[in-house]
Amino acid sequence: MTLSTPQLLRHAVAFVRSLRSEGMVVTPGQTATFARALGEISIFDPEEFFYAAMSSLLTRQEDRAKFAEVFRKFWQNLGLERFPAELLNQTALPPKAQKARPGEVGREPRSSEGSSNQPQPVVDRALTYSETEVLKQKRFDQMSEAELEAARKLLYSLVWNPPQRRTRRLKASGKEQLDLRRSFRRSLKHQGELVVLERRSRKHKPRPIVALADVSGSMERYARMLLHFLHAFTLQQTRQGVRRVESFTFGTRLTRITHTLKKRSVDAALQEVGQQVKDWSGGTRIGACLHSFNQSWGKRVLGQGAIVLIISDGWDQGEPGLLAFEMERLQKSCHRLIWLNPLLGTPGYQPLTRGLVAALPYIDDFLPVHNLNSLEMLVEVLQGLERRPGSTR
Amino acid sequence: MPKSVEETQRALEAHHYIADKGLSVAVFLALKLGRPLLLEGEPGVGKTEIVKVLAEMLSTRLIRLQCYEGLDISHAVYEWDYARQLMQIRLLEASGERDQEKVRHEVFSQEFLLKRPLLQALESQNGKAPVLLIDELDRADEEFEAFLLEFLSDWQITVPEVGTLKAEKPPVVVITSNRTREIHDALKRRCMYYWIDYPSFEKEYRIVQEKVPGVPEKLAQQAVAFVQALRKQDLYKAPGVAETLDWASSLLALGQTELSPEVIEETLGVLLKYQDDVVKAKNQARDLLARAQMSI
Repeated sequence: MTLSTPQLLRHAVAFVRSLRSEGMVVTPGQTATFARALGEISIFDPEEFFYAAMSSLLTRQEDRAKFAEVFRKFWQNLGLERFPAELLNQTALPPKAQKARPGEVGREPRSSEGSSNQPQPVVDRALTYSETEVLKQKRFDQMSEAELEAARKLLYSLVWNPPQRRTRRLKASGKEQLDLRRSFRRSLKHQGELVVLERRSRKHKPRPIVALADVSGSMERYARMLLHFLHAFTLQQTRQGVRRVESFTFGTRLTRITHTLKKRSVDAALQEVGQQVKDWSGGTRIGACLHSFNQSWGKRVLGQGAIVLIISDGWDQGEPGLLAFEMERLQKSCHRLIWLNPLLGTPGYQPLTRGLVAALPYIDDFLPVHNLNSLEMLVEVLQGLERRPGSTR
Repeated sequence: MPKSVEETQRALEAHHYIADKGLSVAVFLALKLGRPLLLEGEPGVGKTEIVKVLAEMLSTRLIRLQCYEGLDISHAVYEWDYARQLMQIRLLEASGERDQEKVRHEVFSQEFLLKRPLLQALESQNGKAPVLLIDELDRADEEFEAFLLEFLSDWQITVPEVGTLKAEKPPVVVITSNRTREIHDALKRRCMYYWIDYPSFEKEYRIVQEKVPGVPEKLAQQAVAFVQALRKQDLYKAPGVAETLDWASSLLALGQTELSPEVIEETLGVLLKYQDDVVKAKNQARDLLARAQMSI
């Protein structure tokens, strides 16, 4: 085969477009590679054709199912080829569950406000110092809509420096190691006499952060605020240069919402989270969710000394033994495991639920997360984290 | 250099590597289009192995760069031999050389350049470009990835004291990753990508026959079927093909001709590397073996 015919090329480009319309990112460079690849293989062998497209256009195994689906639809619609069934049927997408969703996650559903109860106008003004202080101490579940709005604003103004980790990469300066290269270069000025010894030392980098937020029924009153918190947090961390904040929600199943939360507009992000998370306000099986996290995500996102935040009240309908087992595994694979519990802010609260009792031995820090003050406290704890695992370990 | 996908597949097989069609297409295109090949997959599915085979197949040398965090220029690309350079300065001094410029020129000649894997990979031997394996790239940090991006697109390296060194022929590059960290998209897009899955029963059986000669047919079938059944269990780390091969060799060395629950219990440590997994599998050994027998 020589280079592809114009007809085929046009189809190839159209195919890339339909991949893009399904949300996959394909660069023009990749399209060019694909076109070149078509010139090298026998395009009448459907299998070869499929794999050539896949190896040049696909970059993530997770997208494979979607890719195969688009591929099948596109080339079959053209009636060009009949592709072997076993190549494609394994990758059919599950039918989309049509489930009624709360209008907008992260805010009070509009319909729940009684008609007699006129929505309170949200006053957009800067709060005075004392108002801010009061607001910071008020529990999230007791806030009015207006107060929540103000609290959200404050959230985005929280500033923190992410905890650091000493990497193994060296930079010039400091005094940890001898830098022979620079020392030698300097010595040339003095006829090869090593007058000054240059040194270098390890670089510091922000630690990756992984947040697992409980969105089950018992957490409903807090979950919205916490999603806002996660969004603000992700935005803040990205500004601080942390490339890696991973977020997941769990209830009866684990959902990764990292990419959704990266949207700049909080409303758009939270609405999408609402559509994405299927177990909103349902039951809780923390152990099973942590199990699937440890299995499919742990190795991928816990590298480089990550800090894990679990945000949950610890009401668990699952097997405590499983929870303890998975907690132990999780704690062993991260730098620090922090459990944030909104109930911890209630005076007289004792963590006695079966789930929490099982999980407690593996928690490094057990912190409240019921009002803005407690979030500020979290900021301090994160900043104060030593570069090595803490004394609790 | 193979001329078609089929030829690639056959050539790999001739060197005892059983590749399925998808992998053969990716390898063929990588060779043909001169693109790096990025292989991902669970540990022990033969990512590194295929590179060794590729070097044999193309009868060229294999250069391996094992990645780790903090991997820097002096370990990946080049380093000056400072001790010898200092010595050279003294020698020049003793011979009465006073010209600074000349000393500098003398000291920074290629003679004192220690070539590390990436620089070595730019050199062809007998007109043949080497195969360069960049192993477990996910272990390296972003800084190294960024450097690699430049290297992979221009096939050249600039040594400030010497100048730019360019490859006569671009090397065949294979990058592997175990996904302990996501590789940057820009790098991925420059590569031909293939995800190596666990093999099917038939394929794995053929691999065992190729790689563990002398293993009785029945034992091989049982062992492979057992491993296949084991992979369907909810394990922390499922056994890879490498483990299957180790296990088959162990069974052979123990003089077994057939699997029994007792033998499985004694040798599970070869297959599974986490104590929790071993316990789980031990409890189910009988059941799994029965299922394996059925599936043959």
